[in-house]
Amino acid sequence: MKMESLYQEIILDHYKHPHGRGLKDPYSGEAHHVNPTCGDELTVRVQLSADGSVVEELSYEGQGCSISQASASVLHDLVAGQPVMDAMAVGDEFQRMIGGRGTVEPDEEVLGDGVAFAGVAKYPARVKCALLGWMAFKDATARAVAGADASTSTEATR
Amino acid sequence: MGAPAPELTLDVERIRADFPILQRTVRDGHQLVYLDSGATSQKPVQVLDAERSYYLRHNAAVHRGAHQLAEEATDLYEGARAKIAAFIGARDNEVVFTKNATEGLNLVAYSMSNAATSGPEAARFVVGPGDEIVVTEMEHHANLVPWQQLCQRTGATLRWFGLTDEGRLDLSDVDSVITERTKLVALVHQSNVLGTVNPVAEIAAKAHKVGALVVLDACQSVPHMPFDVVESGADFVAFSGHKMLGPTGVGVLWGRYDLLAAMPPFLTGGSMIEVVRMEGTTFAAPPQRFEAGVPNIAQVIGLGAAVDYLTEVGMANVAEHEKQLTAYALDAVESLPGVRVIGPPTNVARGGAVSFVVVVDGIHPHDVGQVLDDQGVEVRVGHHCAWPIVRRFNIPATTRATFYLYNSTEDIDALVAGIERAQRFFKP
Repeated sequence: MKMESLYQEIILDHYKHPHGRGLKDPYSGEAHHVNPTCGDELTVRVQLSADGSVVEELSYEGQGCSISQASASVLHDLVAGQPVMDAMAVGDEFQRMIGGRGTVEPDEEVLGDGVAFAGVAKYPARVKCALLGWMAFKDATARAVAGADASTSTEATR
Repeated sequence: MGAPAPELTLDVERIRADFPILQRTVRDGHQLVYLDSGATSQKPVQVLDAERSYYLRHNAAVHRGAHQLAEEATDLYEGARAKIAAFIGARDNEVVFTKNATEGLNLVAYSMSNAATSGPEAARFVVGPGDEIVVTEMEHHANLVPWQQLCQRTGATLRWFGLTDEGRLDLSDVDSVITERTKLVALVHQSNVLGTVNPVAEIAAKAHKVGALVVLDACQSVPHMPFDVVESGADFVAFSGHKMLGPTGVGVLWGRYDLLAAMPPFLTGGSMIEVVRMEGTTFAAPPQRFEAGVPNIAQVIGLGAAVDYLTEVGMANVAEHEKQLTAYALDAVESLPGVRVIGPPTNVARGGAVSFVVVVDGIHPHDVGQVLDDQGVEVRVGHHCAWPIVRRFNIPATTRATFYLYNSTEDIDALVAGIERAQRFFKP
């Protein structure tokens, strides 16, 4: 049945037992994203290493459907502790799969549990749900990097 | 389980024969069960034929040109206006065609801000600092955001009526909300989320007592019940064609003629002018003053055919039919363990929109909607363009089923079976 291809066991598992949920301090970047068509919301925080090269911690809080919340849980698993470059590459691969209308063969090496979301690509109305956390992560990281740059430049001029 | 299926007023099988889309299957062969008429209704062949026949035989720009096609097109267009006016108890020249209800409401809001720079006849539409505009917490964004924006442009203050836990307007503070400072009261007749039918005449009387104008969003009432603009008590009434068996791209703004005649235009350009010189322009009388550019002619003609269809069925019959369906649905949905209806639990002053949340084990409305869709049951999920309502009830969203003349009790049985399936599927 089609519905089971959307709601993979892994997704339901992450939905019922989310990883990394609950906002943590300290953090170097935060982003709050909403899906205006349905009202789902998610706040993602990242704590980058001092040199800005590693996502040391990723935490989130939000409300939404099983797809958006499970996706945030998988995001946490795939990104926390990873170099920023690698984390961004995972995000790009995830986005490529989700936006592929079901025609993209996902790279399991890169995506891990994330491949469970392949079925979402066939439901255009749910694509935004699956991407909500990932977009917030990219935004939070960009802010963390910008913040670090700002403080570096402030120090340089001091 | 709920009560036994009632005897319905309308012959659903006969009506469904006019709606070919309802015969189709979706999602791997499931019979379509369409419970989203609150978002948009399906269209009978009579409406499609009217549009097609216009394009096949009579297509021309209306109100201009002296040739035969232009005459025929104008007659069809104005003929549709007359039908629609009669349908709501209005005079022909009080019916303004817009692209949708949202545009109709914006038309009033922008005409009001234009009033500040218009002549003395428009003075009663001017709002500014110290003036208040009253709305309600159950408005669709289309009847909320334009007023928020009008307040922002003019310095007026927005106030609103809150909601009771049952999803009715909390009018306990009516005399402190509608005051001498109130210039306009904008409210919905029937809530698209809660199904609540508001006591419009009572509120309009309060508003008129302090000299305020009343704007009514009738998108969910004109398609579903007998409606008379004069009896409503409102000064302006907006509704959309596509929710009442008509095509998309056409809406109606009704206004009392004396008000329309004093109101400055919103969109300007061709068709809405009286005399144009390089130095300036004077404007046509209503309704042309508010219909700039070539209008949506085919859609207006289609809406005329939709009104013919509804008139033949009888709006009292449509209302009665939906009341029976709503009673049956409320009973069935409320009897499901762990499911809570958001909106009046009783079938009094209430229309055919049943919103609910699965509270036990907290299945998100999106997920409920997805399971329903998997069975061919098409409902709406989300905040339904009325975000403040779901905030008021402290829920993320709702799943909503809405009914129309082509729905049967079997459709509701399919809905209930789908909800039960979602509950089994997402059981922890």
